[in-house]
Amino acid sequence: MLHIYCPYCEEFREEDEFHPVGEAHIERPLEPEALTDEQWSQYLFFRKNPRGLHHEMWVHGAGCRKFFNMTRHTVTYKILETYKMGQQPSVVAEESE
Amino acid sequence: MKQVNRLDDGGRINRQTPLNFTFNDKTYQGFEGDTLASALLANGVDVVGRSFKYSRPRGVITADAQEPNAIFQVGSNDASTIPNPRATQTELYANLVCSSTNGWPNVDFDLMGTVGKVGGSAMPPGFYYKTFMFPQSMWMSYEKMIRKGAGLGCSPLQPDPDSYDKLNHHCDVMVVGAGPAGLSAALAAARAGARVIIADEQNEMGGSLLCSTELIDETAAAVWLVSTLTELAENDNVLLLPRSTAFGYYDQNYIGINERRSDHIGETNSNGTRQRLHKVRAKQVILATGAHERPLVFGNNDVPGCMLASAVTTYINRYAVVPGNRLALMTTNDNAYKAAIAWHDAGKSVVLIADTRPSADGFLVKEAMKRGIKVEFGHGIIDVKGSKRVKSVEVAPLSADGKSVSGQAVSYTCDTVASSGGWSPVLHLSSHTGSKPIWRDDIQGFVPGKTEQAQHICGGIQGVYDLSQVLEDGIKCGLAAAGDAGKNVSSLELLAPTVTKNIETPAMALFHIPHFKPTSRAPKQFVDYQNDVTAAGIELANREGFESIEHVKRYTALGFGTDQGKLGNINGMAITANSLGKTIPETGTTIFRPMYTPVTFGALSGSDVKQLFDPARFTAMHSWHVDNGAEFEDVGQWKRPWYYPKPGETMEQALARECLATRNSVGLLDASTLGKIDIQGKDAREFLNRVYTNPWSQLAVGKCRYGVMCKEDGMVFDDGVTACINDNRFQMTTTTGGAAGVLNWLELWHQTEWPELEVYFSTVTDHWSTMTISGPNSRKVLEKLTDADVSNEAFPYMGWIAAEVAGVKARIFRISFTGELSFEINVQANFGLHCWEAVVAAGQEFDITPYGTETMHILRAEKGFIIVGQDTDGSVTPQDLDMNWVVGKKKAFSYLGKRSWTREDNERTDRKQFVGLKPKDPKVVLPEGAQIVFDKDQPIPMTMVGHVTSSYYSACLGYSFALAVVKGGLERKGQSVFVPLADGTTIEAEICSSVFYDPKGDRQNV
Repeated sequence: MLHIYCPYCEEFREEDEFHPVGEAHIERPLEPEALTDEQWSQYLFFRKNPRGLHHEMWVHGAGCRKFFNMTRHTVTYKILETYKMGQQPSVVAEESE
Repeated sequence: MKQVNRLDDGGRINRQTPLNFTFNDKTYQGFEGDTLASALLANGVDVVGRSFKYSRPRGVITADAQEPNAIFQVGSNDASTIPNPRATQTELYANLVCSSTNGWPNVDFDLMGTVGKVGGSAMPPGFYYKTFMFPQSMWMSYEKMIRKGAGLGCSPLQPDPDSYDKLNHHCDVMVVGAGPAGLSAALAAARAGARVIIADEQNEMGGSLLCSTELIDETAAAVWLVSTLTELAENDNVLLLPRSTAFGYYDQNYIGINERRSDHIGETNSNGTRQRLHKVRAKQVILATGAHERPLVFGNNDVPGCMLASAVTTYINRYAVVPGNRLALMTTNDNAYKAAIAWHDAGKSVVLIADTRPSADGFLVKEAMKRGIKVEFGHGIIDVKGSKRVKSVEVAPLSADGKSVSGQAVSYTCDTVASSGGWSPVLHLSSHTGSKPIWRDDIQGFVPGKTEQAQHICGGIQGVYDLSQVLEDGIKCGLAAAGDAGKNVSSLELLAPTVTKNIETPAMALFHIPHFKPTSRAPKQFVDYQNDVTAAGIELANREGFESIEHVKRYTALGFGTDQGKLGNINGMAITANSLGKTIPETGTTIFRPMYTPVTFGALSGSDVKQLFDPARFTAMHSWHVDNGAEFEDVGQWKRPWYYPKPGETMEQALARECLATRNSVGLLDASTLGKIDIQGKDAREFLNRVYTNPWSQLAVGKCRYGVMCKEDGMVFDDGVTACINDNRFQMTTTTGGAAGVLNWLELWHQTEWPELEVYFSTVTDHWSTMTISGPNSRKVLEKLTDADVSNEAFPYMGWIAAEVAGVKARIFRISFTGELSFEINVQANFGLHCWEAVVAAGQEFDITPYGTETMHILRAEKGFIIVGQDTDGSVTPQDLDMNWVVGKKKAFSYLGKRSWTREDNERTDRKQFVGLKPKDPKVVLPEGAQIVFDKDQPIPMTMVGHVTSSYYSACLGYSFALAVVKGGLERKGQSVFVPLADGTTIEAEICSSVFYDPKGDRQNV
């Protein structure tokens, strides 16, 4: 059970109140029609599955209902930070990982 | 009923309160303060169960959570019975009823035991894999026999009569274990001002102090214990949880605790909570869980009477039970001498201490010798004689490394064998969060390794066993945890109480006592009692190539019992290490997972049962539906009227009546459950353009439009009608089951991709009661209830008006899901029943007929209207549904899903497409979900080309019909397809248009 700091509510709440949504920072292409099928499918279907730091989106579904981002270690489950939608993470994984 | 093994005084039992209990249909007596195990031992009960594989008689071995043998079925009836609690941890209560888990027909005469004896050497590890492999089809029959021969308890068959609940806690310091380490840690943390919770699995706090004869501050340990517990109990910042097992340690310092509040009082608790789950989020966690003693592995070490040395000490000192008359002790360390000393001091005879070490002169060794107890150094017990109770032991000299027998064995007559191979720290909880244990040679045990948690450890869990050091360690740890939790501890100086430190001779690293014969031919030397895993079995597994400890475990079943290897795992690893020529850390360790000991489902679910687990939702008109005989259907959490049978009517008859009444006059449907989302803001219209497939720019105020929503992959995921309330406000309708998902979907896109759009979403599903009147007479009914002009000219199809209906403000939508002239009346939810009754009264002259979801489904299917989730399944595009008309071609924004329709796969012409099916026999209704084939003569496996999504008999049309998805179906109209059924028959049907009734849509436009 994770203990999650909601960057909008500005407090720690139990995991019960949240839902994971998937990988963070997936941006919808501005001109979908300009993309090849392959480029579009990259956006649609392909996601990272790292062993280590992972930036992921969560929603505070039973709280403020806001979507936000989290940097979490997928092995230790340690949450390094949570940050608001539109912000960039301050902790990032080494390229090699 | 004499308690033959009970001492006349001493112990922490209450002799004033005798308690009767029944074990295997025989009645015994114990005392308040007894465990089931101590009470049985007091009564001289030797055999408490049969082993799993060989059906050997087994007795109580331990006095703690490790117990592998005394596993009982406790409870007198099918509702209260509990499978597999450990008798060593089950408190005795009046009239307790229990029986052995294993043993058929009974524990004293066991049929399988004969099989086990005969089959003994023929049942090596992997026996079941090797023997019952072929033919594979027979496994199910083999399994039934095997399961009957062995059993691991029965589940309750009746609902649990007790109630359970849960509590959430936050604290500065959570202490697990209330032995000397945990108590001094809790005391220190509490004095530093920290909020402390301390939990202990036993009925009394104190841990090893409860059976200790040591002195603290020159008085009995029990005196220090009482004063410490008193101070903690009087501190408002401290919560004491006895009878509470911390069963799991989860991420970010979250501890699950099961408190047994009334299990010690009786079978059920009608006055309150039987068990309570505490969910603790702690700033700092202190694990003071102590250590478990390891037995030694030697020949026939499972004969009843063989016990852990510490268990013998505990039964004597804590429960005043000496479980025998003549004791032989085998040990690798000083600590176990306590058992012999206690035994001797209780007035019974100690025949021998076999110490595997070449010599020892520690304090306890000297104490034993002072009492005249015979000690043989460099000796081991290599074999035990006896079947239902120890009769004698064979004692032989061992080589200096303990790996071989170096001389003749001598036989000693005795009835009890205590053994100790040292101690294993109880690191299970630390292991739960993924921390890898580390082996320490100096204490011959694993200790917790590196952790991500705010975790502290003290006392036995880190190999600190000497009481004076344990108390010091606890104080240090408690202050450190309080400090880390933000308390000021610098000014606090706490001194540990004084305890005489006893000189100890170092222990010997020995796990497996050798025999004259090689292990494979020696008498059985048990490692895991519950699964009958022997040293020979482990060595055989190693020879057969199972070298990873994880493989050895799975092949031999080491550690797979309800005790999860607490007693045998380290010995098993040591034997594997030895046979592979490796060290124990090289062999690896095993990861412990929650639960530490089994937790009942009742405790885990707490009060979250029945409607508190899954709430039911009712519309404002529910009572009317009940009063009018409705059958209900669950749609999500909603209870929706399914159909309204009249007395004596079958479902088919009711549906035919409801359908015909609606098509010929007027029907009434409770549509309140449809999801409704209020959308406001100046960019609301633009937002709709982006999430719906059709255009919204031109929708005028007072108009409604049907829309389809797709996911970004182009697949339909919801549909519904949205009305334009004003230029900045729309009301969206979603499917009943999809409401929450759609709201989340809208929020997702608004918050993550288009925050610049000014738009707000509120769920208003529960704000409105919605009733749909449908049928040619629906206008006449409505006209009786409102002054508004509802003529076709003033209020055309796909419009909405605000009006008063039955004296209540309403929004009326002229939309139709039946294909008939329809009005959907929406009123404030609490006026729903009033308005519904007014509609029913006004409709009486037209024989207005309430109908449920089933008639709604039939009527909409006759019109070919889809139900998302029934006719679609997340792999269907609007084009597949032949709904190109709902797809905007000229919208400026590339709305959700659009790009995906031109993906190669979505442009295939042989995709499954939505069509109608007309069975050749107009009476036959195709089963929903049935697979469709083109060639009925193709041998199995046939090529499946689609399936039936909706199927009904239409009373209005006079024939059966279905909706289906069929590969390339839109180009195949007029062709036959076949639906092969499980019974071998095949139904032929013709592909046709999905619109069966009023294809031009005239009826809804009148």
